[in-house]
Amino acid sequence: MRVFQFTEQPYPDVWNDHNGSLRVNLPNRKLDPKHAAELFHRYYDEWQLADELGLDIMLNEHHSTATCMSAACVIGLSVLARITKRARLLVLGYPIANRPDPLRVAEELATIDVISRGRLEMGFVRGVPQEVAIANLNPVFQSDRFWEAHDFIMKALTSHDEPFNWESENFHYRHVNIWPRPYQQPHPPVWSTTGSTQTAKKLGGYGYVMATLGTGYDTRRLYDAYRQGYAEKRGTAAPADRFAYLGLVAVGRTETEARRRGELIASYPRSSSIVFAPFRNPPGYLSIEDNVRILKGEGKPRSFTKDGRVVEMSKGSVQDLIDAGVMFCGTPDQVHDQIADFVEHCGGMGNLLMMGHAGPMGHEDTVENLTLFAEEVYPRLKSLTQPDAAAVAAQ
Amino acid sequence: MGVLAPETIRAEAGGIGVVLSERGKGPPLLFLHPGHPAGRVDPDAPVLELLAENRRVIAPTHPGFGMDAAPPVLTNVDDLAYLYLDLMESLDLRDCVVVGVGFGGWIAAEMAVKTCERMSHLVLANAVGIKIGNRETRDIADIYALTDKQLAELVYADPARMAREPKTLPADELTMMARSREATGRYGWTPYLHNPKLKGRLHRIQVPTLVLWGEADRVVTPDYGRAYADAIAGARFATIDGAGHFPHLEQPGAFAQRVLEFVEETRP
Repeated sequence: MRVFQFTEQPYPDVWNDHNGSLRVNLPNRKLDPKHAAELFHRYYDEWQLADELGLDIMLNEHHSTATCMSAACVIGLSVLARITKRARLLVLGYPIANRPDPLRVAEELATIDVISRGRLEMGFVRGVPQEVAIANLNPVFQSDRFWEAHDFIMKALTSHDEPFNWESENFHYRHVNIWPRPYQQPHPPVWSTTGSTQTAKKLGGYGYVMATLGTGYDTRRLYDAYRQGYAEKRGTAAPADRFAYLGLVAVGRTETEARRRGELIASYPRSSSIVFAPFRNPPGYLSIEDNVRILKGEGKPRSFTKDGRVVEMSKGSVQDLIDAGVMFCGTPDQVHDQIADFVEHCGGMGNLLMMGHAGPMGHEDTVENLTLFAEEVYPRLKSLTQPDAAAVAAQ
Repeated sequence: MGVLAPETIRAEAGGIGVVLSERGKGPPLLFLHPGHPAGRVDPDAPVLELLAENRRVIAPTHPGFGMDAAPPVLTNVDDLAYLYLDLMESLDLRDCVVVGVGFGGWIAAEMAVKTCERMSHLVLANAVGIKIGNRETRDIADIYALTDKQLAELVYADPARMAREPKTLPADELTMMARSREATGRYGWTPYLHNPKLKGRLHRIQVPTLVLWGEADRVVTPDYGRAYADAIAGARFATIDGAGHFPHLEQPGAFAQRVLEFVEETRP
C-alpha cells in the first residue's frame, strides 16, 4: 500500500467567524496575508517532512474558501516539484471541467512532470458544487465538459509528431503542440474521484486510479462497479493499486492523545459543508431524482458504519467517524487494524490518501502524527497482503 | 365561457418533438412560459383560458422543462428561438400574437429579431435577455444564489399567497420543478440570462410590441422593462399592479386583459 499525505492548506483562524458560509461569499478581508504566508510555509515544511519520512504527497484546490487556501493546484505542485526529493506528487484533483482552457492545463502538468523528474500523478475531478458559482461555466454541461477536457488533455500530452486541431462544442484550438512534453511516457498516471457507480464503471474501463471520500463502509459498492468496468474492458481483475480512499488519520502514542488529534482532524468534515445553501446545489450538478428528493425534504446520507448505521460526516463524533471508516484513529496498532479491516471491506485498496493534518492542528501535532504513522504504521501497511483480486472480482 | 378544454399534443419542429397544450378557436396566440421557479404553464391555468376566449392559444413546454430531458442539441436560447420559429412554420401559424413571460420573453425577443414574418404582435412580459447596466451591475438577480424563500420574495408581489410548498405537491410536479430549475440554467447560465448581442438587434422588431411588467418584480425591475421598451421602435410599456416576475400567474385577469386590449388597439 502507498500512503499520500494530504492537507487542504486551510486558513482555520476564521472558522468560528463566518456568518453561515466559509465558502464563496466569505469576504477575503478576514484573511491576514502575513498569517497566510506563515501557514503556507508551514504546510510546505510538513510536506517536506512527509517526503523525508517516505510518504507520498497529495494536494488539491478549492476556490474562495477559508477551508483551502490552495486556489491553483499547480502552484503547490510547482513548489513541491522543486523542494521534495522522492515523493510522488498527486493532485486530486485538478477541476478540469471548470477550466475554460485545457491546453493550459496540459502545459502546466507536463512542465511539473518534467521539473519533478517524473513524479506527477494527475487527478482530474469534476469539482465540488460550490465551485460552480466561481468558475461560472455551465454546470448542466459540466460532466460532458469534464470528459471532453480529459480527452483533449490526454491527446495533448501524448501527441508528439505534429500540431493537432481541436474544434468542438467546448474548446477551440488550431495548433496544439505542448512544450515540454511529459517526463513519464506515455503520460503521468491518471486518477479521478466519484460517488456514482455509473462513473466508477466508466473509470474502470479506463483503468484509472479511482478515489472516494467519506464513503466509509459503503465503499465496496463503488469499487465493485469499477471492477466490473475494468474486467469488461480488459478481461482481468482490477488490482488493489487501482483503488484509493481518502481517510482522516490521527495517530497517538496513547489512545487519549490520538482522540485529541482526532478531534482536530474532525474539523475538516465539520467545516467543509459550511456554505450558503444555494451554492451547494447549482442546476444540473445533482440528478433530477436527487433534486426531487431535496424538494421532498429528504437528505442523502453518504456514510455508513460497518453495521449499516448512517453517520452524518459533518456532525458525527470521532467515534462515529471511526465506526464509519471515515477516520482511522488510535494507537499505531489500532490504526493499523482499522485500515486493514477497511481494506478487507473494500476487497482491496492500495492507496491511502491520508488527511494527516486538518483545520487548527498545529505544527507539533502534525509532525508527531506523520512521524508516528510513517514509523509505526506504514511499514506494516506496506507488507499488508491485499485480498486476491481475481477472487474478489469473481464474487 | 364556452371555451374548448385544453388538449395536450406533441408537435414536430425541425425534427424535434415539442409538447404543447392547445385551446380555443380563432387567430393564433403563442404563449412562451417563464423559467425557474415557475416553469411550464399548467394547461388548465386561468391565464390560458382567458387568453383563449376568442383565440387559439398554443402553449408549448420548453424542451427540458416538462417530464422529459432536453434533447442534447438544444443548449441555448437561440436554439429555442429557432425551434419555435420552426414550430410556427410547421403549424402554419400566421398573424400570430407571440407572448413571452420572463425567460419565455427572452425567447420571444430572440425570435422577433430573426424574423417577424408570421407575427402580428409581440408581448414581452418581465422579459430577461438583454444587458442594460455596466459590467459591474448585475441587471438580473442571481436566482441560483438565493434560498427558495428569498427567491419567492423577489419573484412575487405576494409570496405568502403564491409560493408553492414542494412537500405538498405530487411527484410529477416535483420532477417538473426540478427539471425547470435545471433547464433554466441549461439555457441561461452564462452569460447570465441574457445575450450580450440582443439589445443591439431589437431595432429589427417590426410588429407592434407591448412590454408588460409586473410592477413588484425584483428579479428584473420595471426600469429594466423600460430600457427594453426604449430599444424597440414604437414599443409601449405598461405595468400590472399586484404582480411580480410572473404576472400571468399572480394577476391572470389583468394580464390577459392587457394583452388582448393591446392586440385590439394596435390591429394593423
